[in-house]
Amino acid sequence: MTRDNSFDAVMARKSEIMKKSVGIDYDIFETGKLGFDYERMMKETGYTLAEIEEIQKETTVGNTPLYELRNITKLARKFAKEGKGARIFIKDEASNPSGSFKARRAATAVYHAQKLGYKGVIAATSGNYGAAVASQAAMRGMKCIIVQECYDSQGKGQPEIIEKARKCEAYGAEVVQLSVGPELFYSFLLLLEETGYFNASLYTPYGIAGVETLGYELSMEFRAKEGRDPDVCVVTNAGGGNLTGTARGFIKAGAMDTQIIAASVSLEGLHMASDTQFNKKSFTTGHTGFGIPFATWPDRSDVPRSAARPLRYLDRYVTVNQGSVFYMTELLAQIEGLERGPAGNTALAAAFKIAQELDQDKMVVVQETEYTGAGKHIMPQLTFAKENGIKILQGDPSDEVPGETIILPKDPSYLCIKDLDIENTKKSYIRNCIKNNNIDIINKEDLDFLVADTKSDENFVRKVLGELEIKVKEEA
Amino acid sequence: MIAKKNDWVRIHKVILEVGQRAPNIPEETQRVPLEMWDKGFLLNESANIGDEVEVETYIGRKVTGTLIEVNPYWDHDYGKAVPEILYIGKQARELLEEGEKND
Repeated sequence: MTRDNSFDAVMARKSEIMKKSVGIDYDIFETGKLGFDYERMMKETGYTLAEIEEIQKETTVGNTPLYELRNITKLARKFAKEGKGARIFIKDEASNPSGSFKARRAATAVYHAQKLGYKGVIAATSGNYGAAVASQAAMRGMKCIIVQECYDSQGKGQPEIIEKARKCEAYGAEVVQLSVGPELFYSFLLLLEETGYFNASLYTPYGIAGVETLGYELSMEFRAKEGRDPDVCVVTNAGGGNLTGTARGFIKAGAMDTQIIAASVSLEGLHMASDTQFNKKSFTTGHTGFGIPFATWPDRSDVPRSAARPLRYLDRYVTVNQGSVFYMTELLAQIEGLERGPAGNTALAAAFKIAQELDQDKMVVVQETEYTGAGKHIMPQLTFAKENGIKILQGDPSDEVPGETIILPKDPSYLCIKDLDIENTKKSYIRNCIKNNNIDIINKEDLDFLVADTKSDENFVRKVLGELEIKVKEEA
Repeated sequence: MIAKKNDWVRIHKVILEVGQRAPNIPEETQRVPLEMWDKGFLLNESANIGDEVEVETYIGRKVTGTLIEVNPYWDHDYGKAVPEILYIGKQARELLEEGEKND
């Protein structure tokens, strides 16, 4: 029997392939017309925090060092108003087996795949998650395929992504590299169908629950060392899983007052699926090209219901320019003695400014670093940018035009962050829920879902629904 | 003959031709095919660059494609000199020293 493997035929088999490859029947969590029972999904398909700690201990994931960045704090205070300049800390997630916090997500996903009897795991990722899955698969004796979006039509690839491919191969994985385009998902589905492997998606409950230990650990470490929780946790945001998991971990620790701030590199104006713009960006993750679409429509991911729902947890969302992140990466090496990968320092660049807004007795923690290496480093990434016609300048970062310039702050006072209007982001999310479900009336349980999923209140959601001319069917 | 059976090789394949690509993607992406690259042990007795071949990937999957490289290797590196960043550490150290004097 030969299957029809045309694009349309494979996409039509999507939900069947998904069900087999993640072992979750998402339909049972659906409620109302657009909502679903998120907490029930997390509870019934995930693991408890204590179980995850045990799973991660088996492969020595987590319990990474926490550094206080004294020199960066000192520098931030020099340019802050009197009495301002919170202490800045960083969780060195690069110390995980595969060099990033993604090991936490992969540990639970790969453990679960093995428990269910799958022979191998597949993940679609151009990021650190690939190496994390490959490393965990190696530890558990499982096969692994990583599918990457890697090259443009000229065969030119981002050095950062090529390094990640190398790392996956180092762990014995097969790396399937593709050219630019969202049809990567089509190839991914075909591979799942052909191999019968587990879909180690970043967005399953296992993947998210794996990050909860990070938030929980931070709370415990701060309580032990400083006697209280950090005031602010800054999280580099792309698909939303890092933020969701970390925030849930803080909540599980009872750290209800820690403010969660998302930070992304601004790639405003660059289209992510564009063949010609693919190599004009100098960051391949942690950027707004993922951050905004995934915040405003999390269920665009590779599973029917994403467990990564950043708007449920974030209190504020800021962007930084590419130049500021490269600048902070260099500073971290030069004055703190920590040479780490650029993408992981997105939140650090934001933290520098956020700390300046707060009193000196406050504490800001950046919850990750990532490994660095050939390709995945400030020098090759800037060299690549130059080769693609991007100008590297020193000046005011707010003048940076993604795809044309990278502006390094002339001195630390020039570093800046931009606040995203999160009310607007929440509105877009609600609009997408309505549009993608193609409905004009919702139930009370949908309303409650939207309130929880946007961390807002009933008045706000009702107002947005009113603007969209959507009715709420009140209970009889 | 450039490659023989069991050599470690890299292959290339077009997954979706122009015209078969997904709707809703930018025009410049529509105009080019979706391509794939993979690596494996050559299953053919022998082959030349440009030949259609079959390989067994590292995890044991069989894949066909055009032979493009024998003994492929990574050549990404630490880039060239980027003098634009040299001021960063020097300036920060000076600022920190100054700070101490003012304390």
